[in-house]
Amino acid sequence: MHYSAWQIFKNGLTGGSGWKPFWRTPEPKKKYDIIIIGGGGHGLATAYYLAKNHGINNVAVLEKGYLGGGNVGRNTTIVRANYLLDGNSQFFSHSLKLWEGMEKELNFNTMMSQRGILSLGHSDGQMDSLARRGNMMISQGDDAELLSKEQLKEFVPYVNQEDPRFPIYGGLLHKRGGTARHDAVAWGYARAADRLGVDIIQNCEVTGMVISNGTITGVETNKGIIKADKVGMAVAGRTSQVASMAGLKLPIESHVLQAFVSEGLKPCINCEISWGAELFYISQSDKGGLVFGGDIDKYNTYAARGNLPAMENVMEAAMALMPMIGKAKVLRSWGGIVDMTMDGSPIIDKTAITGLYLDGGWCYGGFKATPASGWCFAHLLATDIHHDVAEKFRLDRFEKGYLLDEEATGATPNLH
Amino acid sequence: MRIICPICGERDLREFHYEGSSKLIDRPDAGAGLAAFHDYVYIRDNIAGINEELWSHEYGCRGWLLVSRDTNTHEIMSTELARDAKFKRSENET
Repeated sequence: MHYSAWQIFKNGLTGGSGWKPFWRTPEPKKKYDIIIIGGGGHGLATAYYLAKNHGINNVAVLEKGYLGGGNVGRNTTIVRANYLLDGNSQFFSHSLKLWEGMEKELNFNTMMSQRGILSLGHSDGQMDSLARRGNMMISQGDDAELLSKEQLKEFVPYVNQEDPRFPIYGGLLHKRGGTARHDAVAWGYARAADRLGVDIIQNCEVTGMVISNGTITGVETNKGIIKADKVGMAVAGRTSQVASMAGLKLPIESHVLQAFVSEGLKPCINCEISWGAELFYISQSDKGGLVFGGDIDKYNTYAARGNLPAMENVMEAAMALMPMIGKAKVLRSWGGIVDMTMDGSPIIDKTAITGLYLDGGWCYGGFKATPASGWCFAHLLATDIHHDVAEKFRLDRFEKGYLLDEEATGATPNLH
Repeated sequence: MRIICPICGERDLREFHYEGSSKLIDRPDAGAGLAAFHDYVYIRDNIAGINEELWSHEYGCRGWLLVSRDTNTHEIMSTELARDAKFKRSENET
């Protein structure tokens, strides 16, 4: 069914009897052209673009839990294209353009809200660096605007500019950045992929890979062996574990990133704000809750919960940035497992096993990459050629010295 | 999470800094070649289970520790000074 105002009207008159589930729940076939492991945003987007852009619809998405139950439902929903390095910049620029057309493309309300992203600077040096970043963004074809202290007073009057340790000098505003409803992105891609014939199979955990003579021919699952010509992994924080089923070792460590939501408040924060003194960011959801977070916990973990010191850091940063937040109560917090690569940039590439492909290493920033990740991974799976905007996300870049180290912290995944 | 430092006793996580996989103790020889260094610098086992890792007691004795910790539960199995662990390893080799 194509969603429209007419359908809402019609189903309103018929007691909602016309609404159907977003997707089918098929049993797996014996064989597919392509299997995607992981029914999160990236996996579902990949399946959708395989069918849409490349006409390959004999595709299955295998999800070990329920659809959208992983990181696509556990992030802070920020969408942006404010990257500096050649390699990252064109990819995230492409991604933002896909975000802007997503609701029409998927016929689904993903509640995309381009409310702007403001990055703050706390010294002359930091302002120079923001200006440089802004110029790179503009030269990439995206938008950036350097705001002075006075302009900030107009735009975000509630921000404490006179913090003695980290006074605010100005900021970089990326107006096309914003937020989107994370669950709706998963549901939208799942529904659109399903309508094009893709089988989405939930509660189907991959337990092994069928490999002979260095070529993958299928996967073992709790629903039996499913054969495929090609297999793509899009499993976020579990990348190392799934890859190890094929005997692969990767330049990845799994870490936990915590996030927090306050009680629902009346509209008070008009954009997404990134503090510049430490990693801290905050926005307000459409439900009114303040959604905020900071850095990863900085040690390897697969436990989807963090520890108090990282939490304390976030709260202190929040208080320094906007003292008014001290009045709000934290409603809940959670942690998501992120696969941190050794240079902080993702991997979309073939692997040493013929027919096995990898989309992973999205660190703490996978959500904004969802559409472009699907677009480029589908391109690689279908054509065996890297897409132009993702051609630098190679697995062998570490060995060859072509790192994409946006934070310039070297081979220390906990510092990216 | 609290870590027992062999010198200072049980201390809060805030005093420690994570330094990465314990494989960093075993640096290849200078002439070991590209593959060995690529493996040493970039490749990680990333274990879900008991992980051997290095922590430094940054706001304590500043000693480097070899900690064995379950990455699924954050339970700490054992800690020893990285120096001692390194010494034991080189003894075993000779």
